[in-house]
Amino acid sequence: MTSRKIEILVGLFVAAAIAAFFMLAMQVSNMSSYGGGEKYELKARFDNIGGLKIRSPVSAGGVTIGRVTDIQYNSETYEAVVSMAIDEQYNKFPLDTAASILTSGLLGEQFVGFEPGAEEEFLKQGDIIDLTQSALVLEQIIGQFLYSKADEGAE
Amino acid sequence: MFNGLIDRIQHVGAATIHSFRRLGRGSVFLLEVIASCTSLFTRPRLLVKQLYSVGVQTLIIIIVAGLFVGMVMALQSYYALIDYGAEDSVGVMVALSLMRELGPVITALLFAGRAGSALTAEIGLMKATEQLSGMEMMAVNPMQRIVAPRFMAGVISMPLLATIFSAVGVIGAYLVAVELLGLDSGPFWSQPQNKVDLYLDLYNGIIKSVVFGVVATWIAVFEGYDCIPTSEGLGQATTRTVVHSSLAILFLDFVLTSLMFTK
Repeated sequence: MTSRKIEILVGLFVAAAIAAFFMLAMQVSNMSSYGGGEKYELKARFDNIGGLKIRSPVSAGGVTIGRVTDIQYNSETYEAVVSMAIDEQYNKFPLDTAASILTSGLLGEQFVGFEPGAEEEFLKQGDIIDLTQSALVLEQIIGQFLYSKADEGAE
Repeated sequence: MFNGLIDRIQHVGAATIHSFRRLGRGSVFLLEVIASCTSLFTRPRLLVKQLYSVGVQTLIIIIVAGLFVGMVMALQSYYALIDYGAEDSVGVMVALSLMRELGPVITALLFAGRAGSALTAEIGLMKATEQLSGMEMMAVNPMQRIVAPRFMAGVISMPLLATIFSAVGVIGAYLVAVELLGLDSGPFWSQPQNKVDLYLDLYNGIIKSVVFGVVATWIAVFEGYDCIPTSEGLGQATTRTVVHSSLAILFLDFVLTSLMFTK
């Protein structure tokens, strides 16, 4: 085989590998959510974050608008502080937006859901969301349910 | 009886010393090869030729294997997941397993069998027919001329092959899950996009395949260079290449996985 043919085939091989890499990066992985350009950071304090993790989605109206970037525990206020990076294009959330930790499906992943408020001013870089609702912990709910049932039985 | 025991102990000791000596020779050999690789910048032609025989000629088996592994994974995970109504997760399950584990590992095993054994046989035969000593007589360094291009070609080819394997595997899974089993193509693509991380999963998989490439090619060229130059010794060296590199790949995969994916 001539060296020209060999070089063409090696070139095709490398091109195929690069194409495969881009196919995996674009189609199968979350690269599109990295390339989203500018982001701004918001924080929210929760009593209980349940199973929320770093990189969990932040969504408003079911649309993913950002990701959780950091979770810390504040031992002075006894609260979990969740930092989120929100895409810059979604920068029109009113100051009284409420953040709650929700679960997708009964046993699915947990995510932060935003419920926009009615204030005139908007949340900006570094702001802290005050209106929060903690994660529903299934065991606690079942416990409360059993407890109230037991109460009914006693009456 | 006492003598027999001592003989046995001596046997164990000799085997241990022998394997450590080989390990030491192999490590020195690896350093020499890496040092010789600099000569490839002046002669890239040699590298391209080896990329053809090591990479391009392995491509067919990688594509066929990737396609079928992806298809089988899709079938099996479908049957397991449908009981829980979670069959939409077939895509993410196949994509994650391929990128993290199966892509690098199966590619490396096939690579050791297809390209590694060929490298050992080729270099070993050159040694047996005294071509290597002939080169030295002509003041051509066989490390630079023969070993370095083959080693480098293996190290470059492995991540390329593993990436192609994973991509073809995902396409195979798509064919089975969406075209054959009738799943919706929306969640098949969108769930991986949510779950599979570019850095954690894709890049770590590629790092894995580079490590496997170094180890598998190192073992292959060393076994060839170090073989006993007879037809029997050459056969044994080729067998050792496949066995040792497969074991090394599986062991390293465990080590790398526990370093990369446990947090």
